[in-house]
Amino acid sequence: MIINSIKIDDTFAEAFNMRATRVIITAQNLKWAYHAANAMTGFATSVIGCGVEAGIESALDITQTPDGRPGVSVLLFAMSSKVLMQQLETRMGQCVLTCPTAAAFAGLEYGDRINLGKNLRFFGDGFQTSKLIDGKRYWRVPVMDGEFLCEETTGMVRAIGGGNFLILASSQALALASAEIAIEAMRDIPNVIMPFPGGVVRSGSKVGSKYKTMFASTNDAFCPTLKGVSKSEISPEIESVMEIVIDGLSFDDIVIAMRVGIAAICQLGTRSGVKRISAGNYGGKLGPHHFQLHEIMQATNV
Amino acid sequence: MKSLNFRLTKKLAHALNCAALTPENLTGKSIADIGNLLINYGRTQLRLDDIFEISGAPLTDTTKAINFQDTTEKLDYLGAHMASGSITIEGNVGAHLGHHLNGGIIHCQGNTKAFAACNMVKGLLIIDGNTGEFLGGAASGLRKGMGGGTVIVKGSAGDRAGDQMRRGMILIEGNAGDYCGSRMIAGTIGVLGFVGSYAGFNMKHGTLLLAHKPNLQPTMQDCGLHNLPFLNLIYKNIAKFDTKFSSLHSQRVNRWVGDAACNGNGEILLISA
Repeated sequence: MIINSIKIDDTFAEAFNMRATRVIITAQNLKWAYHAANAMTGFATSVIGCGVEAGIESALDITQTPDGRPGVSVLLFAMSSKVLMQQLETRMGQCVLTCPTAAAFAGLEYGDRINLGKNLRFFGDGFQTSKLIDGKRYWRVPVMDGEFLCEETTGMVRAIGGGNFLILASSQALALASAEIAIEAMRDIPNVIMPFPGGVVRSGSKVGSKYKTMFASTNDAFCPTLKGVSKSEISPEIESVMEIVIDGLSFDDIVIAMRVGIAAICQLGTRSGVKRISAGNYGGKLGPHHFQLHEIMQATNV
Repeated sequence: MKSLNFRLTKKLAHALNCAALTPENLTGKSIADIGNLLINYGRTQLRLDDIFEISGAPLTDTTKAINFQDTTEKLDYLGAHMASGSITIEGNVGAHLGHHLNGGIIHCQGNTKAFAACNMVKGLLIIDGNTGEFLGGAASGLRKGMGGGTVIVKGSAGDRAGDQMRRGMILIEGNAGDYCGSRMIAGTIGVLGFVGSYAGFNMKHGTLLLAHKPNLQPTMQDCGLHNLPFLNLIYKNIAKFDTKFSSLHSQRVNRWVGDAACNGNGEILLISA
């Protein structure tokens, strides 16, 4: 398949089942809501080393938040419910409870209920107080700037992590510029995050390694400096590859995000310097969710 | 909406327990069947159609509206244990209106006597007039009062409003008597008018949201002026009701914590303009 002179490989992205939750963080203004959210989603690029993959989904205006203050929506993904609960509590305690004026609310009304402020309330040392409003329990914890307000629980749902596509371009600068354009377009899609720095990952990995202690190592098939020496997937004109990884609440959410991202690059045509779009997979044996690039891009008019 | 109408025709000499006249008990019964039902009246039993003129549409699973007309303060326990549907009362009623209300809406267009919304669990109770003592309190012998739902009083409430209240919200647009929120365990009471003495007496938790400062006991400790964002959640919840409280927007409040006499962590919030 070729869209606007850019080749779309006949391959698929392989993704995994995950557990996800959403938290709404509000604050006195958007600046402080972002401070809390950035801290909470920091060091959360990959479950391989971070426990969770997390990111800011969108900014919310005062009509979209429970307490009528500006806020942001944060999504967190983990490989198990236990890890997700642990990470959520730790990150809430260290990043949101500590952030001036920040408050946190459930972002999912459905799914299993997991603790948001249920245990954080004990920071109040007996001075905490709760309010049950419209069927939801909120905790008010006295803190030095006033009160930390936090909903007791949020929802946890089954989700998918690891949707991805690869951008193969004639230079590193052009690959990154195209990736940035794709990310910009994908930021508007709800229910997804791109957890890596700036939404882009340059160190895509394969499963396993020649070293016993490593269970993931560099994706040498897509490393341009190895294109002559290994079983390379890249042709001579490719000099750099960037990957965009997408975690989403559902299969369709990831499909939409991938389509929007790839379409944004294809719209640029030859001036993008992008030669091919491909995807990362493990032969289809590890992840139950396969995102076929041709199927995703079939209905797209660029 | 079509409703089942009860017009009081008998001149009552003493209280009549109307707990049986709820949508749950009357759904599926014809007007004649309802008329044949017996109701306790003192030491005797009376047929319902000896007390009320019954008319309108029988209740079904989808239409559960009951209307009481020409009522008096002799009618006790109206809407007791009701779980769904609606009751409208065109007049005054007696004590224990909405006793243990478990859902649905009760709208009293007149006054009520004591113990309205006593041990209420869920639902909405609106009183257009005044109400007596122990609004949202605990029935005799019980240690916990109202456990949920919303009560809106357009007039004033008597003493001990919210006594031993456990959960839920009471909104009093007029005045409240002495001991408002006494022995309160949790929940929220709002009063737009004046509040009598001993507000929050022995309160353990919960919030008294007041528009006028009452004479406070020394065991309510002044914690100063604050902006409390959680009030937005309360205001947002109130906004769906037809009440003067809907005009409140200020997060700026003076906060007293107490009652220190019982090591309480309740609060009185005085709304600051």
